[in-house]
Amino acid sequence: MKTFGIIVLPGSNCDSDCFYAVRDYLNQDAQYVWHEERNLDKYDVLMIPGGFSYGDYLRPGALARFSPAVDALVKEAEKGKLVVGICNGFQVLTELGLLPGALMRNKNLKFICKYVDVQVENAHTPFTSRLKMGQTIKLPVAHKDGNYYVDEDTLQQLKKNGQVVLRYSEDVNGSVDRIAAVTNRQGNVVGMMPHPERACDPLLGSSDGMYILGSMLDHLLKGGF
Amino acid sequence: MTLKKGILDPQGEAVKNALHTLGYGNIDEVRVGKYVVLTLQDSSDSEALKNTVEEICKKVLTNPVIEDFSFEIVEG
Repeated sequence: MKTFGIIVLPGSNCDSDCFYAVRDYLNQDAQYVWHEERNLDKYDVLMIPGGFSYGDYLRPGALARFSPAVDALVKEAEKGKLVVGICNGFQVLTELGLLPGALMRNKNLKFICKYVDVQVENAHTPFTSRLKMGQTIKLPVAHKDGNYYVDEDTLQQLKKNGQVVLRYSEDVNGSVDRIAAVTNRQGNVVGMMPHPERACDPLLGSSDGMYILGSMLDHLLKGGF
Repeated sequence: MTLKKGILDPQGEAVKNALHTLGYGNIDEVRVGKYVVLTLQDSSDSEALKNTVEEICKKVLTNPVIEDFSFEIVEG
């Protein structure tokens, strides 16, 4: 049994989705982690869920990095622990500098809430190993600030290093190179705008999110990198 | 605080289009930014104040990946 810690920031609203996806569909130990927690040693995976942490004040994700739990998460990430940021979690990870780039207001200025097709750009990551290169999966997005930006030099590095994990099949929000998910250089931290945790049951329109969660479990079970 | 030059500003674009619709056809570009007022404690060390404000701008108020900033210090 692996333990997934789900960081609950003031304003997180997909924490329950993550919890049930891990507990009821992945059949692993899911635990909420209050943002004032300072020791995250016991968790095998850390998840920053979607939502509007700190009301998205200043910039989405900007204020969350001052939470003790996020501070502790950075230390765990540096030790090589798996860290997943979904939607607002992705925004937090870029604001922290754990992931390159930034997430800006959607190109059409609208909140976009729908299922999108994403293609697997790198299947050799702890988050995509159950998928094939180029495979298309269906995941929901729900965001107003998902327009991923990196400068041209960084984009080339990301591509060269295989850090681009998922790309939208069609332009969704104006993201550079239609990027939907990226990892850090070491490959243990991922940020994604689509919500795998909201796509774990065919009843909800897709269960493709299980590929992502399942890949992480496989990675843990085989003992890491 | 404004988006860096060359980075698409969708809010600015929307405002520009609205201005064009209202007949202000001579507007070439609109960039939307944010304005923050910090009230600091009295200090005679203006250099230290400047450094503090610059540090706050870099560390917290802006995201250096996409935003630029400028500031001025005035007596209240």
